[in-house]
Amino acid sequence: METIVFSLLNGIIYGLLLFMLSSGLTLIFSMMGILNFAHASFYMLGAYFAYSIGSVTGFWVALFLAPVLVGVAGAAVERFGLRRLHAEGHVAELLFTFGLAYIIEEIVKIVWGKIAVPYKVPAALDFPLFELFGSQYPAYRIFMLVVSLAMLFALWYLLKRTRIGLIIQAALTHPNMVAHLGHNVQRIFMLVFAAGCALAGLAGVIGGNYLVTEPSMAFTIGPIVFVVVVVGGMGSLEGAFIASLLIGIMQTFAISVDATFSDLFGWLGLSASSELGGISIPSLAPTLPYLLLVLMLMFRPRGLMGAREF
Amino acid sequence: MSDTDPMLRIHDLNAYYGKSHVLRGVTMDVEKGGVTALLGRNGVGRSTTAKAIMGEVAPEGEVWFKEQNIAGLPSHRIARLGLGYVPEHRDIFPMMTVRENLLLGIKDVAHPGRWSIEDMLEMFPNLKSRADTAAGVLSGGEKQMLTICRTLMGDPELVIIDEPTEGLAPKIVVQIGELIAEIAKSGVSILLIEQKLSIALKIAQKIYVMGHGEIVYSGTPDEFRGRDDIRREWLEV
Repeated sequence: METIVFSLLNGIIYGLLLFMLSSGLTLIFSMMGILNFAHASFYMLGAYFAYSIGSVTGFWVALFLAPVLVGVAGAAVERFGLRRLHAEGHVAELLFTFGLAYIIEEIVKIVWGKIAVPYKVPAALDFPLFELFGSQYPAYRIFMLVVSLAMLFALWYLLKRTRIGLIIQAALTHPNMVAHLGHNVQRIFMLVFAAGCALAGLAGVIGGNYLVTEPSMAFTIGPIVFVVVVVGGMGSLEGAFIASLLIGIMQTFAISVDATFSDLFGWLGLSASSELGGISIPSLAPTLPYLLLVLMLMFRPRGLMGAREF
Repeated sequence: MSDTDPMLRIHDLNAYYGKSHVLRGVTMDVEKGGVTALLGRNGVGRSTTAKAIMGEVAPEGEVWFKEQNIAGLPSHRIARLGLGYVPEHRDIFPMMTVRENLLLGIKDVAHPGRWSIEDMLEMFPNLKSRADTAAGVLSGGEKQMLTICRTLMGDPELVIIDEPTEGLAPKIVVQIGELIAEIAKSGVSILLIEQKLSIALKIAQKIYVMGHGEIVYSGTPDEFRGRDDIRREWLEV
């Protein structure tokens, strides 16, 4: 019971963190058709910016300033890079973001070094918040949950309840018509790209100290974010939300299950003595998202809620 | 700009789709106030003319609107100069409500135009009763009215309306025709792209006929009524 409650809570928090990354990626994809390979790099920049800013101003200023800076960097990438490439087609854009991901990683190595930086959970939040079944639960994780939920609500409100949100949604499917009504669609694209990057940056700020802030962090989480977007359905925010939670919870549970295949086989009434039996379920956890990706593409290529096939 | 100058002057407008030359030097005027009709068979370049004016297709040539050559400007800037466009196929935003569709027609909420959303809904009881319904479930005629109303929310001085009656029942066609005539009476100039002669001859003050990417005839509706040759050669299917 204790394992289930804690795993569920951790899974939800990890899932919401994934959603913070995948929401921007899926919005950018559905609006511009760009699969932004560098998306997780903006997540990494968020963590590093927060580390550097935070060491001067403290965590709370960094929490606001770092995502803004990442958003500005994203706007610049769209305005001076991707927009020029647009006429060259999606392959050129994809290769551009691919190169960009490596450039950002190398810059991070030059500026902050090749090993992890000591980006720590702020002292004000570094205490056990409550005790359940005799185990303590860290306050910072609940803080991550609160920030994620606030972001979720803000995003929902912006897209569904404001005029700019309606314009964004209309521009997703009818960009020409939206332009004919007098709205600057290119500027909307830039804002969405910047906002998507800022969200990734925010995920870096609150996730970088919880996980680890190092130059490879973008390539660690990047593929999982892509899985989320494909499983949820390209371009669907609702789908990305469900897939984020699904994968977050699934991975957390797989890690926390203290069992091997032999236990599973025994439970299923099969022989427990095969070679497979020695493999523990937690060791398989990293493969689960990709297994889901492959199965999804085979049996439901448009994802859980996607409008079009990938 | 005097009162008798045309609202829109198109001079030697050319456009290409890849290598095919679809507009071959279109020259025409849209008068201030009233309805100018652009007729022609499918595929002769009427819709491309509209798209070239509105910046959706890259134009070569001159398009003068309010003493400015707008040829090649981005679409949103052309719209903000006061040119409205109701494309064929009624591009409503289907997942949004009627009211939200109208809201997006407003260019700048700080400076609303002469019509408010409530005015529009009062004028169109059909839309009013469905104000909070997704626009995707409206009938064809209602969708057409909504697209026209949405463009009017942006307070345009000239509206290009492309094939508004396509695929609609005869009774609805008459209603749409009356609506367009009424908009023109309120002082908005209209460039109407049509196939149906009946509507165009009833509400237009000037007729242009297009064939193979050029203007092949222009005249008043009365002059046009006497030209069976033009009708046979360029319009009848």
